[in-house]
Amino acid sequence: MRLTHFMMAAAGASLLATTALAGSHEARGRDGHANIIYWQAASILNPYLSGGTKDIDASSMIIEPLAHYDENGNMVPTLVEEIPTVANGGVSEDLTSITWKLKEGLKWSDGSPVTSADVVFTGEYCMNPEGGCQQLAKFDDVTGIEALDDLTVKITFGKPKPFPYGPFVGASVPVIQAKQFENCVGAAAPTCTEQNFGPIGTGPFVVTEFRANDTISLAANENYREASKPAFATITFKGGGDAAAAARSVLETGEFDYAWNLQIAPEILAQMEAKGKGTVLSGFGPLVERLMVNLTDPDPALGDERATVKHPHPFLSDKAVRQALSMAIDRELLVEVGYGKAGKVTCNVLPSPEIYNSTANDSCKVQDIAGANALLDAAGWVRGSDGIREKDGVRLSILYQTSTNAVRQDFQALIKQWWGEIGVETELKNIDAAVFFGGDQSSPDTFQKFFADIEMYANTFDGTDPEAYMGNWACDKIPSPENAWLGSNMPRYCNPEYDAMVKEMAGTADINERARLAKAMNDMLMQDYVMIPLVHRGNVAAASNTLDGVKLNVWDSDLWNVADWSRK
Amino acid sequence: MTETFIDESQNRSLWGDVWAQYKTHRGALAGTAVFLFILLAVFIGPFIYDVDPQYLDIRAKNQGPSWEHLLGTDQLGRDMLAQVLQGGRVSLAVGVIAMFISLVLGTFIGLMAGYFKWLDGPLMRLTDLFLALPLLPLLLVIIMLFRDTLRSMFGPETGIFLLIVFIIGITSWMNTARIVRGDVLAQKEREFVLAAKSIGTPSRRIIGRHIFPNVLSPIMVSATLGVANAIITESALSFLGLGFPSDFPTWGRLLFDGANYMTLTPARVIWPGLAISLTVLSVNFIGDGLRDALDPRIRGR
Repeated sequence: MRLTHFMMAAAGASLLATTALAGSHEARGRDGHANIIYWQAASILNPYLSGGTKDIDASSMIIEPLAHYDENGNMVPTLVEEIPTVANGGVSEDLTSITWKLKEGLKWSDGSPVTSADVVFTGEYCMNPEGGCQQLAKFDDVTGIEALDDLTVKITFGKPKPFPYGPFVGASVPVIQAKQFENCVGAAAPTCTEQNFGPIGTGPFVVTEFRANDTISLAANENYREASKPAFATITFKGGGDAAAAARSVLETGEFDYAWNLQIAPEILAQMEAKGKGTVLSGFGPLVERLMVNLTDPDPALGDERATVKHPHPFLSDKAVRQALSMAIDRELLVEVGYGKAGKVTCNVLPSPEIYNSTANDSCKVQDIAGANALLDAAGWVRGSDGIREKDGVRLSILYQTSTNAVRQDFQALIKQWWGEIGVETELKNIDAAVFFGGDQSSPDTFQKFFADIEMYANTFDGTDPEAYMGNWACDKIPSPENAWLGSNMPRYCNPEYDAMVKEMAGTADINERARLAKAMNDMLMQDYVMIPLVHRGNVAAASNTLDGVKLNVWDSDLWNVADWSRK
Repeated sequence: MTETFIDESQNRSLWGDVWAQYKTHRGALAGTAVFLFILLAVFIGPFIYDVDPQYLDIRAKNQGPSWEHLLGTDQLGRDMLAQVLQGGRVSLAVGVIAMFISLVLGTFIGLMAGYFKWLDGPLMRLTDLFLALPLLPLLLVIIMLFRDTLRSMFGPETGIFLLIVFIIGITSWMNTARIVRGDVLAQKEREFVLAAKSIGTPSRRIIGRHIFPNVLSPIMVSATLGVANAIITESALSFLGLGFPSDFPTWGRLLFDGANYMTLTPARVIWPGLAISLTVLSVNFIGDGLRDALDPRIRGR
């Protein structure tokens, strides 16, 4: 509390009694203290050295990009005057360069001015080959970043970039201060503890204490560009626990003001919300819970060639089987059981933003067991004595894996029952999330290796542009022993027509044409049933009823507008 | 054990005496009754109450007790009573068999280490080694190495069952071994052992006839604790996704699944929890009664 008072006093003093700011009716730091809980604790405040959402979100209160996405997925300027486009001359006609112009008078939290040199430095920092930068993909095809003057930065690409908003847009690629990080370039980057734990930024808050994997204490930034913001003088960002406990601490006990990422059964969440202390928020990005169908044979007898394209799957390579599996699923019920308000039925793997959402596959919204049975009958799969269908000695027996999570296990049980009704035998397997998503080369249980027939997880993409995401299912993205099982084409789908569309999209700038291509790619994947979408998932968060100004943002950091938060 | 008959003419046997003493221990009798009841319920119950524990009736989810579902249903509409009965079979089987493996191992190593001085060092260091092993990573490795092989040999459920029982057995014998060794060290200095030695009884006879019966009581106690431990370890494994498939009910899994719904349908944690507690408690009482009954100094008093 003493610190709070001190900070508030300091805030008052340094604003020179707010007289100079006739327009602002309220003072910075007027609302005291706020508590935020993330049940995965932040371990670093430098997004370039961590891919974790929790770290990116925590750092977004301190360091900022040139532009960010608002809650509707639109790009809005943060440190710049306006978003450069071809129309306003910011993006060159040939789509190979983009020019950003910084706002005048911006200051770092230590009082020094923000210049284009800082932006150039940040780019070099991430693109340093020895630095191990986690956000390198954002700088794909960048050939040069140069400062035209103190406030102007020009980024040049090696080839036409229809979507040049990778570098410095969104919370994962903020601008860091050149002066602070000048000795932390390349191999030295991870060793700069002081810098990585307490970056100097332009955001609404500064770090006062950082305890890795535990708690971050923050205080309002005296040099923040808007004089009346932030409303909170101090913030505690607490990490640890689990999703249910975090939800409870906001909705039931009121200890915390905001909790993030609450994947809990809807009836439990509703019960907590009924206590009246807080509100559950949900927002829909492109996150889709889906089944991946393995088109290759995962039989252990194949040894090193297991689950590689050399051996097609004994029965899932038959499209009729894949289609029947999809038809047997009652997606409405899955949403009701697993997500409630935080989920929607979807028949697309790309359901959002709205312009990319196809309506060509909507027939999947209704469960059709009879239709699925008829389809399998017609394809020659007949029921054996135990009710399981078979053809030429091949039984429809599926190993269905996913990560350990209560909602996912419920989904497995339900889907197993429906598949049982169409004569498909299912064996369930769940794997600890740290192993399943861990990508460990030596583990046979990773989602890339996919040593099962069907696997279930959710996936999404950053920002609003689906080009890279849709490129995931091109032939060259198939995980295999040759590429150390890297790649995100889990179904091992390979279709030259699809690859052609991926190429075409990379060279198309017009937004409507891009939307048409994205939809066509989505429809091709859906109508080949190589992925079976289940639920369009929302991000769920909980905010205290005393907190004002919270807007859940699925396109950027959850804490993107923390400067606007206040007490009611 | 047939050699331990004392006097045939009076028609008294060791086990007769033990039973006579055991009968006087009320807790043990109650424990036996409860344990037998649980055994009967889980092994015969499913034939009488023949609801499929894996059938989902989503319209009837999260229900309280009713005539249709005696213990209510879970979040997917599965019948709780059927699941508790089915889960009990697995949990009890895992608990008892894993306990048996660890007991045999622990007793053998404890006896050897306690009786033969030259084996004491190596065997106890081995015990320390096992105690120092981080259990979970070890389990991860073992399961990863052998799961697929066993799965193809015995099918997913039997394969995993064998694996889990074996793993729990070979990773929980250390406490028994230490306790038994301590007791053996004390027993082997007693006069009757000296007497037996002096008339030239071979070591295996001394161990079998004189020492083993005298260290039976701590073994019994650690057996009862072992059952509880095995049931709980199995649930932890299932929770990490290393155990049985998620739709295969065991008491531990039912408890873990129900924990999130504790405020909504408390019955979901109460029943499996009660089943685990009652089993462990009754086995403990049985162990206590056996210990008293097997101790000749208490018996007959």
